[in-house]
Order: sequence, then C-alpha cells, then structure tokens
Amino acid sequence: MSDQGNQLQHTVQVAAEPGTAAARRSSTTGTGQEPSAQGQFLGEPRRHLLDMDDISAGEIDGLLNSAEGMREVLGRDVRKTPALRGKSVITIFFESSTRTRVSFEQAGKVLGADVINVTASASSVTKGESLLNTVRTLQAMQIDALVIRHPHSGAPYFVADHVDAAVINAGDGTHAHPTQTLLDLFTIRRRLGVLKGLKIAIIGDILYSRVARSDIIGFLKMGTSVTVCAPPTLLPAGWRSGRPLKDSGPFDGVQITRTVEEAVEGADVIMPLRIQQERQDAGHLPSLREYSTRYGINSVRLALAKPEALLMHPGPMNEGVEISTDVAHGAQSVIEEQVSNGVAIRMAVLYALCARGRSHAQ
Amino acid sequence: MPSNKVVIMGGRVIDPARNIDGPADVLIATGKVEDVTERPLESAPSGYEVIDATGLVVAPGFIDLHTHLREPGLEHKETIATGASAAARGGFTTVCAMPNTEPAQDSASVIEDVLRRAASGAAVRVLPIGAITVGRRGKTLAPLAELAEAGAVGFSDDGDPVADANIMRQALSYAGDLGLPIINHAEDKSLVRGGVMNEGPVANRLGLAGVPAEAEAVMVARDIHLAEVTGGRLHIPHVSTRRSVEHVRAAKARGLNVTAEVTPHHLTLTDAWVYGLHGETPDSVGLIAYDTNTKVNPPLRSADDVEAVIEALADGTIDFIATDHAPHAETDKVCTYAEAAHGINLLETAFGSVMSLVADGRIDLVTLIHRLTAAPAAFLGRQMGTLTQGYPADLVLLDPTAGWEVDTRQFASRSRNTPLGGVVLRGRVISTIYGGKVVHDIRTETAATAAGRGKA
Repeated sequence: MSDQGNQLQHTVQVAAEPGTAAARRSSTTGTGQEPSAQGQFLGEPRRHLLDMDDISAGEIDGLLNSAEGMREVLGRDVRKTPALRGKSVITIFFESSTRTRVSFEQAGKVLGADVINVTASASSVTKGESLLNTVRTLQAMQIDALVIRHPHSGAPYFVADHVDAAVINAGDGTHAHPTQTLLDLFTIRRRLGVLKGLKIAIIGDILYSRVARSDIIGFLKMGTSVTVCAPPTLLPAGWRSGRPLKDSGPFDGVQITRTVEEAVEGADVIMPLRIQQERQDAGHLPSLREYSTRYGINSVRLALAKPEALLMHPGPMNEGVEISTDVAHGAQSVIEEQVSNGVAIRMAVLYALCARGRSHAQ
Repeated sequence: MPSNKVVIMGGRVIDPARNIDGPADVLIATGKVEDVTERPLESAPSGYEVIDATGLVVAPGFIDLHTHLREPGLEHKETIATGASAAARGGFTTVCAMPNTEPAQDSASVIEDVLRRAASGAAVRVLPIGAITVGRRGKTLAPLAELAEAGAVGFSDDGDPVADANIMRQALSYAGDLGLPIINHAEDKSLVRGGVMNEGPVANRLGLAGVPAEAEAVMVARDIHLAEVTGGRLHIPHVSTRRSVEHVRAAKARGLNVTAEVTPHHLTLTDAWVYGLHGETPDSVGLIAYDTNTKVNPPLRSADDVEAVIEALADGTIDFIATDHAPHAETDKVCTYAEAAHGINLLETAFGSVMSLVADGRIDLVTLIHRLTAAPAAFLGRQMGTLTQGYPADLVLLDPTAGWEVDTRQFASRSRNTPLGGVVLRGRVISTIYGGKVVHDIRTETAATAAGRGKA
C-alpha cells in the first residue's frame, strides 16, 4: 500500500511540482524570459490546460510519466487515492459527450476529488453573458478545477479569463482538445516505446477537427512527423497537397498528401477522423459512400503502413465510413486502449492542476 | 453666447478641394465661411472672436458616410445625441446614419423622425440613409422617392446585402433615376456560412470559421455588372479585399458610376488582431485571444489585403474613408467570439488611426484630408467639405503628431467596443467647429469633463 502511494507521489512530482525541471521548461517555452500569454512566469506552476501550444516537450513527458503512475492506480483492486481529497472539480459540458465527460469524472473520483457534473445545453445558454454568469456562479462555489466543453472555439479561454479556478479545455469548437492529444501520445508511447521519429498519418476532416489541431501541435512538438490527407474541401484554407506546410506557426512542417495511400505508406500510426453527415449536407462531400471509397481506412490501406502500425481513432466512430469494421476491431486497433488511457491522462492533468490548491493561483 | 464672427488664426490651412495648403486664417460669419486669407493676418480683425490654431492644421470638418447611430430602437448602444458627440470628438461635422435601426429607416416618417431628433439633440449634422427594401429584408423596394424627399442621401440595407440580383437591379435602376446611390453591403452570404473572422492562417489557428475574401469580391463583381447595365449609381461600402479593389479599379477604368469607401480598421488592422496582442502573433494562444472587439463585418483581413486598400485609397480607386462606426453594449461583446456582435466603435479613434498611414509615408496628409472631406462631399453633392465662401463653417483643428492613449472611459459614445483601448495613436483632433460653433475642444474640455465626471 505505502509502496504504491510512493510510486504515485514520485510520478506526479515529475509532472507537476513547481520548481522542477519540467515546470521550468514549460514556463519558458517559446517566450523565453517573458511571461507567456497565460500569465505563467518563470518557475510558476501551470494554471490551465487549454491547448498543446504552450506546453513544452518536457512538461508533456512529465504528464505522460505521471499517467503511468495513474494507470497503476487504476489497475488496483481498490481504485481510489486521496490525492485530491477535499478538492472540487466541476465538469460543464455545453456539447454532448460520453467518453470525455465520464473519463474526467472517473479521473476526479479515483483521485478522491468531489466531482460535480453540470450539463448545459448550448441552446439554453445562448448569450455569452449567460456563459459568464454560469461560470461565475460555479466559481462562487469555491471550485478548484473547471472542465469545460463548448461548441464555440475560444470559450475556455474566455472562461479562464474570468474565473480563478484551473480551467481544463475538454474540447472547444473546432479549436483544441488537449487531453485527447495527451492520451494519444500516451497510447503511442506505451505501445511503440518512443515518439520521436514516428510517422503519424491523420486522415479526414482536418478543417473542423479540434483533435487534429491539437494533435498536430502536440505530435510535432514530440518529434514525430505528421502527414495529413483529406478531400481539399476539408483542409484548412491554404493547405495544399505536395509540400510541407510553412508560415503556419505550430502547424509548420505538416506534410499533406493527395491520396490516402501516400499518407499511410510506411506510417507508424494511422488516425482516421470522424466524418459527420453535416459535411455532406454543407457541400464538402458528394456522399459518405464516396468518401469511404476514396479516404476510408480498410485492411488494404492499413497494409501499406508498417506491420506494427497502430490504428487509432478519437471517437466516436462511423464504422463503414472513415474506418471499416474489421480494422476498427482488428489486431492493430488501439481504440479501446485510448479510452482507458484517457482516464489515466486526465488523472495526471487534474493532479497537476489541482494538487497545489487555490491559494497559489494568482 | 459666442460672437457671430470668429477668426481661426495661426494655423496651417489645408483645404484639398481648393488646393490650399499653407499658413492662413479662416474668417467665419453667421455660421458660414466668410474667407480664407491669402496670408496670415497681422492681427485679429475687430469684432471677431479669436480661436487660436497656432501649431495646428485647420481643415474642413470630416464627413462620415457610414455611421450607426442606433436610434431609434437600440438606444442602449448609442443615441443620435451620443453618436453625434462622439463624431464631434472625432472631428466629424457630418455623419450619415445607417438605416439598421428599429424600426428600419424604410419610410419617410422614420427618416423625418431621425432628422427631428438630430435637429434637437445632435452636436453635428446628421444625414439619414434610407433602406433599399422594406424592413431591409431584400424582398420589395422601399419607397425610395419618398425617402429621398424626406431627406435620405442614399440607400442601403446595411449589414443585410441585397442577395436577390433582380431586386438589386431594380434598386440601381430606380435610385439612379433619383440621382442617389445604392450602397450594398457586398457579401455573398452563401460563401460566409458560419464564418466569424477572415479565412486564413489565424482563423485556422484559432479554430474559428473563416469568411473567405471571395464572399465580398463576388458580390462586388455582380453589383458592378448590374450598375453598368442599369446606369445606376453604385457605392461599395467598407471594401476590405485586394480582389474587390481590383474590381473597382477596372470599373472606374471603364468609366462606370461606381464609388467605394474603406474604413480606418481595414486600413490599419489585420486579422492577427484577433489574437488580442495588437497585431502580434503569439507562440501560444493566450487568455486575451479571441478579442471580440475585433469582430466586424467584413472581417479584419490579411496584411496583403490591408496593403491593397491602402494603395487604393492613395491612388483614388477607393474614393474616401468612412468609419462604419458600430457601437455595441458590453453584453454584446463579453462572450465567445462566435456569439459576439459585429462592429467596432470608430468615430473617436478614426483620425488617430489613419494618421499612421501618413506617419508611415503611405499617403500624404493633404490626400488623407481629401479622403475625409472633399471626396465624401463630392459623393453627397452637397455644399460642404471645403472652406469655400458661403459654405457651412464646419472645421477641424488637428495636431498631426500629438500622441494620445485611447481611453475608452473618455468616449462620448455610449459604447466602448474598440480593440484600440490603451493603444497610443499619433494625430489628434484638437477642436471641432460645426456651423461656426465650437462643438469640441480638447483644450477646454479636459478640465470640464474631469469636473463633470467628479460630480457623477
């Protein structure tokens, strides 16, 4: 028992304790000695997790190491630690979600935090004033962390600018989904042992995908190459196949291919993204059937990747559209593992942001 | 009681319409321009009240063809009185009130109501713009002749483009017969979809839906074609893209009756301002990003587009500067970017903003003043925008180099929605004279305002 506790203590220290090398690297990434845009100063702990752009490779490593310890906790008979006892975590989802919300809830509960789930339909909270008032109301209840999902890009930034609690972005519009990226990195590292030098192929709706945006930033940061492939109508403006992306900030270096075969060839990881019916309705696609024919990941295309390549999917899947049923549940699929790793990663994130207490927040 | 006769002494008079640029004094009698002297007077003529303009530029008052005064119906954002006071502080002596009021300015009675309210409460001249279609809904023509008779100086459905090409064609034809312009917000909504900012790398970085440049350009092209076949007068508001500029340039080369305006924000701000760092691109997106005060329609564009509209303003392809002053209440902007209302509060920062173009050598001061005075006056076809004898004594006193920090708490406007809060601008309106009366003077107001605020 005490051994297990020590191990947890050790792993989270790497991730989160202020003054560690990881924390220092994170606060100085990109902006040198300047305070970052989120107000982090040299040596201060992270306050929020909003995207992958302000996290250093060292800090990511720390969180992945911490998640290893969390996995160990999740494997015990009694899955409970007192690490966040007395802490309050609120999840507020303005968009439907199953795996992300449940995953945060479980993560908080295993760590001993009080987790309160608020479901707010975006339609009943249509005015920004209401969003502001909602989070201020929650703030008044002395919460330590606010996990928010919102259909509007930037909403967690807006909220973080108005509350003292740690804000964790559980997906905002088409902008970012950083805990998904962390769990993807965690899953790949556990399976393949390394991240640096891997070829990762992301196939599909890049234009509307917050997972793609955060994943590209996080993957590149960890030294992988990233190749994307999508119908031209589902690529961001200015993204064209044939040459690596440049002048695009944290997306610089992304390779874009015209055919899915080029993208998956020799890949270590293949990640098809969910294609929604709305894309067809909005004129991005002639039909889901045609998409499936041209871009869907099936056993023939999977065979072009490395033999030990991983098949990942951020979910929810449309089997038979972006991914065929046989490969979705085949030997190379780690899709279910992503879900279970999601709990460990979210434990690591909650611990990193909550363990020190509100008094340290500025 | 101010004396009937006023002399503005000691300044550098710039009156582009009359090719005047040099030391001179301006004599005013009974609210009209009496004379601009050939050379500075030795001393003040007797019986004249003296306004000191030493070290300042004296120019005709600015004219804004595109102002949202929000009254009637949206008085929580702005009123005719507060908007006109903001105009006075910004050096504008004439503002044209856009018709997206509630009710819309689509009937003679609403136009008359706006004029009546302006006559009793506005510090400067207010000229209403009528709606093109009933309720600005784009379905049936508003009574354009009745609106003109009541005082409308042009027609626009403002933020709602006339999507139906047939209605647009009829409007150009009908208004052309009245000699008045159709001002169509150039935007093909089918290309906008849910876009909230300029399509491009910044929108992609922030995950915000983009409005492509062609949403504007294709509508500009359509409207120019319809103006050509009808012989109507087409005015293109707030041109924001390079391709639109090219369409206007080609139309003018063919001698069409097409004019265009550009806003101070499209001349000076890029879409990178949405990051909230005054145009800087950060390594990581910060809490201050998604600055809703940068949300405007058309959106702030790329640096290349900004370059194109500056060139077009300098070479006359774009005729004049108009503000698109769009005041919004705080609750319209304290929200997510997608929810925020479109529009920037412009009147009080316009001159300081566009003076950066002069400082950067992109346009000379005389041309800039032309684009704020004589050019919009020519568009209106009214006796204003120049210091010609007998014209209304509408003037501004400018300090072209004075630096000042934008403090939105000092705005006369009822709203504060500008991304320029805290920014230091160079070039300041010192005093504004409307019909011979001082309606704004920073030299006397500072103390008075401070006292007034102390009481409140």
